[in-house]
Amino acid sequence: MAEFIAWVLVLAIAAYACAGGTDYGAGFWDLMAGGAERGKRPRWLIDHAMAPVWEANNVWLIFVLVIMWTGFPTMFQAVFSAMWLPLALAAVGLVLRGAGFALRKPSRRLAQRRIYGAVFAVSSLVTPFFLGAVLGGIASGRVKVGTNASADAWANGTSVLVGLLAIAATAFLGAVFLCSDALRFGAHDLVDYFRLRALIAFGAVVVLALIALPVTHDDARYVWDGLTGGWGLVLIILAAVCGLATVVLLLRRSHGWSRYTSVASVALVVGAWGFAQRPYVLPTSLTVAEAAGAAHTLRWLVIVTGIAIVLVGPALVLLYRLDTMGELEELTDADTGAARTPGDNL
Amino acid sequence: MFSTAAHLANTPDQLLPARELMAFTLASHILLVPFGVALPFITLLMHHRALRQGDPVALTLARRWSAVMAVQFAIGIITGTVLSFEFGLLWPGMMGRWGDVFGLGFGIEAWAFFLEAVLIAIYLYGWRRLKPWTHFWLAVPLPLTALMGTFGIIAANSWMNTPQGFRLDAQGNPVDVNVQQAIFTPMFGPEYWHFVVAMLLTAGYVVAGVYAVGWLRGRRDRYHRLGFTVPFTVAAILTPVQFMLGDSAARAVFHKQPIKFAATEIVWKTDTHVPEYMFGRLHPDGTISGGLKIPQLDSILAGFSPDTKVTGLSSVPASDRPTATQATIAHWAFDIMVTVGSVLILLALWYAWSWWRHRDNPRSRWFYRCAAIAGVACLVTVECGWITTEVGRQPWIVYNHMRVSEAVTSTRAGSLWAMLGIVMAVYVAVFGAFLAVILKMRTRWRIADEGSADVRAALPPETDTPYGPRSEPEPAAAGAAPGGGSDHTSGGA
Repeated sequence: MAEFIAWVLVLAIAAYACAGGTDYGAGFWDLMAGGAERGKRPRWLIDHAMAPVWEANNVWLIFVLVIMWTGFPTMFQAVFSAMWLPLALAAVGLVLRGAGFALRKPSRRLAQRRIYGAVFAVSSLVTPFFLGAVLGGIASGRVKVGTNASADAWANGTSVLVGLLAIAATAFLGAVFLCSDALRFGAHDLVDYFRLRALIAFGAVVVLALIALPVTHDDARYVWDGLTGGWGLVLIILAAVCGLATVVLLLRRSHGWSRYTSVASVALVVGAWGFAQRPYVLPTSLTVAEAAGAAHTLRWLVIVTGIAIVLVGPALVLLYRLDTMGELEELTDADTGAARTPGDNL
Repeated sequence: MFSTAAHLANTPDQLLPARELMAFTLASHILLVPFGVALPFITLLMHHRALRQGDPVALTLARRWSAVMAVQFAIGIITGTVLSFEFGLLWPGMMGRWGDVFGLGFGIEAWAFFLEAVLIAIYLYGWRRLKPWTHFWLAVPLPLTALMGTFGIIAANSWMNTPQGFRLDAQGNPVDVNVQQAIFTPMFGPEYWHFVVAMLLTAGYVVAGVYAVGWLRGRRDRYHRLGFTVPFTVAAILTPVQFMLGDSAARAVFHKQPIKFAATEIVWKTDTHVPEYMFGRLHPDGTISGGLKIPQLDSILAGFSPDTKVTGLSSVPASDRPTATQATIAHWAFDIMVTVGSVLILLALWYAWSWWRHRDNPRSRWFYRCAAIAGVACLVTVECGWITTEVGRQPWIVYNHMRVSEAVTSTRAGSLWAMLGIVMAVYVAVFGAFLAVILKMRTRWRIADEGSADVRAALPPETDTPYGPRSEPEPAAAGAAPGGGSDHTSGGA
């Protein structure tokens, strides 16, 4: 049962990495879009593409945390004690990012939109970096039950590399999705704009992964071995195939399919990490079985998860379908009957 | 080195900043909760009316409320996510030891919240392209998801108040966890319904308050009338209900958490014929200064008889009960909550009386002044209710099982103070910007309304009152079609 919940946790992390990741990636490209005038069109696209789905995308994180503390309370305690600072910074990043995005939309003055937009974009970089750094710290075995918060837990080669990889992967996902969003919104000039950026981001992921190989060889040996052998290796190879397929699809301009392959590549990497870490939740000091919460709770967690999948699954499918079919559109000033006021730049 | 010191000391240095940080973030978040829980419901009421009667004014109101909801819900998600981080960042001891006993409530909440986020996205962005009734029906489950999410959160909180569903082994660790018992604890029912109604009530009074202010400023059109009447009616109907629920919740505390009850009523010595103090201040030696003393009343309220024995604070060691200051805080919060609730009943009665006599809203400016204040008063009351339940439970984070000081993180106090400073600055900025954006929206709407005053005058005069008896049979089947039609035409107008 604990093993099963551990896999649910890995799946939830994969879902967050893909859904939330796409979202962070959009923020990354917002940051890179340049000044107000030059970045106007990419930002317009990012705004429209993200708006209906970003909240749902980010609720995955809450679900990850809840499974952690309900299913593996000792692990939750250990991680949050040892990784205090990066998690606190990630939380601050989450606040600024969400607020920046939510407040930018209804703002009508350029100066305000600039501030909110900058806050949103910068924290789109900060948050995935720190979450990645936490994962890197865990994978390298720096978190044990009773470890006190220290800089070493997250300010080390492995953590920094995983943090950068997280940023690169989100940028990759974001650009791939924005390619097809650009098609969907009829912004054909932006398709090539984001296609180029998706390819660059993929290149960055590959380079970082290659750098990570020697750096993590000794530093995160257990997970390193898991990723270079057995099921971990199989999934990594599959992820690489999916990644390459995305590149091929992008080059051939098959933007509809590239989304699926890019998501698959990121999800497979998370899955590979899950295999590589087995049987530990905290390598190499705490196993899944040792960390597991009460059996009765785990059983109920499975039941609640099952019911939730039945309820949320169709709703989520509906949301993404309506979104990709272009049925979801923001209310305009005409719809709510709003007037321009002096100083509005829109 | 500092960690051993932290574990040895009774109240570690980091306890105060950790508490302040949690209190600050929760106090901020809870102000948004009424709208997350109840604004969809009130908006859907208005939306239904718009579709059913083909009412363009109601439709504009529903759309505008949903535009506000969009920003509010986003900020609520963010502050809520911060809270789930803080459980780990501030209280790892509680989550590590008890996470698997009471955490499942959060699991339910997380999924319900997920569903809510999905549905709200469809609702907010579905106005333009979806068929009007399809759009409406897709949003109907929203209030239910809100109830479900509340269920999870209150299950967790009521467990902290009356923990059960486990057995302690020789080392004092929880074993034999029974999830059903841990969710349906004795305080769950009273807390849950009291909370749900409080949220509906607050959202209703706050939204109505906005239009009451408009009415006071001379905007007496149908738009303001409808915007006031629908939410105010919801809130007014629930006000007496809430009074009963609050009373039963207080009595549940009397039975299940006697020391907390003693704190909220500042009862020092266990006794019968206990007087009730309105406000007043408890001193560490058990004396009470100030306040209004009503003989016998506390015993009567607790058990319907002056002979009822009320447990006092001094019946347990000082280390197991709230300090005199904490008791006074909980007592004041409790009294403010009860006072506001009682005054709101008078307001609801005024409204009911006016409808009974005149089939219309009261005309007095004083009524609208009170209605405008009611929203703010409700928000204060929500804060007070939360303070009562949290401060009244001190020093326990898990009532009688774990002290707050045992649950706190070992992170240095300095880091926590710094974090508190950062979070306060960020929250002040975020909430300030949030308010500014909402007010700006309101201004833009008002300007548009005033600019198109002649257009609105062309609308058919008001034939039906929003509630109460109707002048003609409801246009049941016929109403749907024009309602659907008007959706698009009036939207673009």
